[in-house]
Amino acid sequence: MHKDAKGNAPERGGSFAHVAEASWGKGVSTLIRIMRMTLRHPWQVTITIVSTFIAATLQLFIPRLLGRAIDQAQGVMAAGGGAVAEQALWTTALTLLVVSILRGLFTMAQNYYGEAVGHHTGYELRLAFYEKIQRLSFSFHDKVHTGDLITLGLLDLDGVRMFFATGVLRVVLLSVLIGVGAYLLISTDLVLGLLSLSFVPFVAWRSSVTQLRLRSTWLTLQERLSVLSRVMDENLGGIRVVRAFAAQRHELAKFDRAKRSALELANERVDIRVANTSAMNFSFLAAMGLVLWFGGQKVIAGEISVGTLAQFLTFMTILQMPVRQLGLMVNSFARASTCGTRLFELLDTELDIEDAPDAKDLVVNDGVLRFDDVGFRYDGAGGRPALSGISFEAKPGETIGIVGPPGSGKSTIAHLIPRFYDATSGAITIDGQDISKVTLRSLRKAVGIVQQDAFLFTTSIENNIAYGNPWARETRIERAAEYAQLHNYIIGLPTGYTTIVGERGASLSGGQRQRLTIARSLMLRPSVLIFDDSTAAVDAGTEQRIRAAMKRFARDRVTLIISHRLSSLMHADQILFIESGRIVERGTHEELLALGGRYHALHDLQLRPEDERAAAQGAA
Amino acid sequence: MSTTNDDEDEDTSGRPTKAVVGSHRDEEEVFGKVYDPRIVRRIWSFVAPYRARIFLSVAAVLVFTLTQLAIPLVIRYAIDHGMAPGRIDRSIMAWTTAIFAAIILVNYGASYVQESVVGKVAENVLSDLRRAMFSHLQRVSLSFMDKTEVGRLMSRLQGDVNSMQEFLETSVMSVGDIVLLFGIVTVLLWLDFRLGLLTLSTMPALFVVRLFWLPRAKVAFMAAHETNSIANGALAEGIHGVRTVQSLERQHVNFDLYDEKVLANLRAHLRSARYAQVMVPIVDTLTGIAMATVIVVGGSMVLSHRLDVGVMVAFLFYIQRFFDPIRSLTMQYSVMQRAMASGQRISEVLDVPIEVNDREGAVALSSDTDGSVEFRNVTFGYRQNLPVLKNVSFRVNPGETVALVGPTGSGKSSSMALVHRFYDVWSGQVLVGGHDVRDLTQDSLGEQVAMVLQEPFLFSGTVLENIRYHKTGASREEVVRAAQAVGAHDFIMELPDGYGTELEQRGGNLSLGQRQLISFARALVADAKILVLDEATASIDSYTEMLIQKALIKLLEGRTGLVIAHRLATIRGADRIIVLQNGEIVESGNHAQLMQRKGLYARLYNMNYSSFDDIAADEIEKDAAVGKAT
Repeated sequence: MHKDAKGNAPERGGSFAHVAEASWGKGVSTLIRIMRMTLRHPWQVTITIVSTFIAATLQLFIPRLLGRAIDQAQGVMAAGGGAVAEQALWTTALTLLVVSILRGLFTMAQNYYGEAVGHHTGYELRLAFYEKIQRLSFSFHDKVHTGDLITLGLLDLDGVRMFFATGVLRVVLLSVLIGVGAYLLISTDLVLGLLSLSFVPFVAWRSSVTQLRLRSTWLTLQERLSVLSRVMDENLGGIRVVRAFAAQRHELAKFDRAKRSALELANERVDIRVANTSAMNFSFLAAMGLVLWFGGQKVIAGEISVGTLAQFLTFMTILQMPVRQLGLMVNSFARASTCGTRLFELLDTELDIEDAPDAKDLVVNDGVLRFDDVGFRYDGAGGRPALSGISFEAKPGETIGIVGPPGSGKSTIAHLIPRFYDATSGAITIDGQDISKVTLRSLRKAVGIVQQDAFLFTTSIENNIAYGNPWARETRIERAAEYAQLHNYIIGLPTGYTTIVGERGASLSGGQRQRLTIARSLMLRPSVLIFDDSTAAVDAGTEQRIRAAMKRFARDRVTLIISHRLSSLMHADQILFIESGRIVERGTHEELLALGGRYHALHDLQLRPEDERAAAQGAA
Repeated sequence: MSTTNDDEDEDTSGRPTKAVVGSHRDEEEVFGKVYDPRIVRRIWSFVAPYRARIFLSVAAVLVFTLTQLAIPLVIRYAIDHGMAPGRIDRSIMAWTTAIFAAIILVNYGASYVQESVVGKVAENVLSDLRRAMFSHLQRVSLSFMDKTEVGRLMSRLQGDVNSMQEFLETSVMSVGDIVLLFGIVTVLLWLDFRLGLLTLSTMPALFVVRLFWLPRAKVAFMAAHETNSIANGALAEGIHGVRTVQSLERQHVNFDLYDEKVLANLRAHLRSARYAQVMVPIVDTLTGIAMATVIVVGGSMVLSHRLDVGVMVAFLFYIQRFFDPIRSLTMQYSVMQRAMASGQRISEVLDVPIEVNDREGAVALSSDTDGSVEFRNVTFGYRQNLPVLKNVSFRVNPGETVALVGPTGSGKSSSMALVHRFYDVWSGQVLVGGHDVRDLTQDSLGEQVAMVLQEPFLFSGTVLENIRYHKTGASREEVVRAAQAVGAHDFIMELPDGYGTELEQRGGNLSLGQRQLISFARALVADAKILVLDEATASIDSYTEMLIQKALIKLLEGRTGLVIAHRLATIRGADRIIVLQNGEIVESGNHAQLMQRKGLYARLYNMNYSSFDDIAADEIEKDAAVGKAT
């Protein structure tokens, strides 16, 4: 189990890889924790386990009854006449019928409740997982791949959910069948009993080893198949590039390489699987042959009856299936302990950004935003500071422009205000209240941020705009769209506001997506509104109209505009030029131009074409 | 804070009216007809190469099933002729044991052959099918690819192909099941006709029960499957959109909505578990009845010496295996239906016609072509009667750079696609280097026409591999030179592993500008005579923008350039500008000439937009009207 876990480690990257190094102890404590979760449904667990006991015990009666019937038919037990013997047969037959029906009913109960426990546990885990994901901070999500999180929430969660039915219950079932069965058989006849059980250790060992091998190759196969699907997915998504470079042959070669490596392993897995099933089958039949031979000798010697021999043989057929599944049981333990360890690791991750113990709701009166010597570095102490000594104040109605080269820390400033990250030094206040001491909910309702990469949800335009306030009335949604200069476009669509957008919806241009996110942020009526490079894809003319439309809206709130386009923030009351995480220049547009520094240089760089244009026009 | 909003706050206590989590794609038809000869023939063509192996495995299945059937008979023989009271015969015991040993050896071999051969053939067929589809998709017309979501195609290439694999495996197994079923019936009737008939009478009961059960159970199973994918979709959305969710404080609303979906899934699972499990006591009861029958009827026959006790034992053995084939056959019925639906979809993909094909006798465009591009009265469109280009004619001389300008939908991108023969024209001709593109081989055309697309699409792999995507033989020096020429070298060297840095999916770890520069370097390495370029529309920060403009000049050096231009700087730098509107050329000339004409171009230019694409259609209409009036 341990070795297997280690072997899998390289398959899964991300920050959870180290968990695969988990020790035996960790694996065991994970399994205990899963059992504790399972025990939250005590009634269902009890019913399942009791039913399993009863069903397995009843099943053990069937060979005995069959053996007895065979002896009765031969008149072995009948001291009296035929009528008595026939009556005995009737009794056995009816008992057998009742036992069969009861066994069926209890097996049904065992299977159903076993599954139900798993599904209920799965339900609870899914909710807990979802909630945790939704609350973990940006720095967590920066570090962990979305693909890994999805695997964790689907496959690993399944591994944990199935543990009870495929692991625990099988242990109970097999212990009863083998334990009680062995006792019954051996007490009947020592040699035959041992012979009929002789295939058990071999099959158990074989199937466990095979399952563990299949499990580890399965992970490799998944890896190879995912390479194959990436080749296909990229090819189809980038088909124009492929065609543009006439690279079909190159792509097919790439496909063939990926295909071959997956196919080889798939065939290898067929070999592993088949070698195992046929060997298990053979060992079972060989044991049966031994029982037949030695049992036959004993029958001939008069030591046992034909019925007893038949009892041994039928018992073996009953035992065959569960014993073959022993490998699956071992696999279930291995899977639950690695999956569970990964899953619990996530569920136990501490939230690095959450409400302070005595947090109060943010009360916004004026809405003055203040940065007081704010510093920040990603990931605690390591690395150079991303921001240092940032101080400014913005009063309602004011606009602050933030500009600077890529990677200078502009967006980081924006991300500190709604506490996507916590400042490492200094303080950010709104109306004098430190944002780290107010509730997150009230803070984020008060701070609207329009992000650069607009994530749209696959639902109607209307629902997307109302995302932050899904109770909103149509009129308000439309007004927000009007502000963002999107209303006219929307009502021109055949299905208007109910048009589905997002990943699988109608395609919007980059500019339209950004305008939709602007409308979305306006819906919350935030007292601090931040545009984080969110008009990059919106043309200058439209941007100007958005600004004009929002004049009234912006009158009593603070607006922060982060942009690399000077025309977007020239009008700001104060412009901060950021470089390497520091404010290097500040002032109004005119002041900064007069300063003749970096801002001026950037201004020249951006406006040169305009001059050329003027020159061209002059020439014409 | 005083709000300027005139409407009241909404009541936020109730259920949000405008909220959903996760979206759900309509599931495709899961079950088809049970048997469709056309599809079976189509799929058979993929199985045919493995014909010999399939026959071998069917033979192995038959042998395997026969040995399974024989085992109770051997036991019966041993009991009746070797050990039963009064008929003890040690030599028969030895013989039967030897036969038993022989049978299980054969059984071992047959079981190995059957599973191994079938399993591998299925894997190979699956792989062949997938390759056939994939390679077909490399050649089908782009209009098909434009219409079809990548996700849909992927589900053909994966889900559908997998269900064909399952089908292949189970269909060989069902041969075994059918033989086993008939074998048991035959053996029972042969051993004792009356007792056999009596015992077998329970069998139809199971058939009837399954017949009623299956359609209902299937609905329940489907519901479980579907609610599961709905819940998983919602989870994926929650993970992908987590930043937006947090910034808009939607966690609570989403949690409740997610809870509903997961709960619905839980209920559906429990329901389908009930359906699955209800069969257990039914089968057990029927087995019980059959065994009781054998005990009472068979037992009294044995008592009155009308039946050998070994036959009774054999009967009891067979009954235990009795219902297995029925159960698996009814399950395979669903697999068949699913496979037919999948086969249907796979055939659809394989049947998409290849519209653009090398003509017989097509010639290769030689590498010393002059690189001219000419459109002669080209009319072209995607849908009938809706031409996108109407009778367009223009010529780009060798070495010249021509900018195509015009509002969205004016036909710029279509012109670009026609140069590369992504589509065939309706009428007229597109000539490259003086040859009609339809007379050239597509491969040679691709070598002389390099394309740079608006969305710089990068593949996963290293930076190096991406830059020499077109010319895998290009040396590292060539790649570095190209990167230096377009100004990408510096930032590439700053990446963790320089040129060896693995790009994330679609170059996710690079900025848009950087991706653009890499795609320029890629085109430069391709070293084609003609460059067709669709400029990116999204604005890039000024620093990168400057680099890109410089790179563009470098890239166009000594090449014929056809540029769909969005940026004023590019437009002004072109030798000639062609203004397209509604699929027609309305103006052409250089910047100064067009400004002087004071036509559409001059008016658009003076509107002060950074890009012509952003201009709303109504404004152009308005403008056109004004233009006509003056």
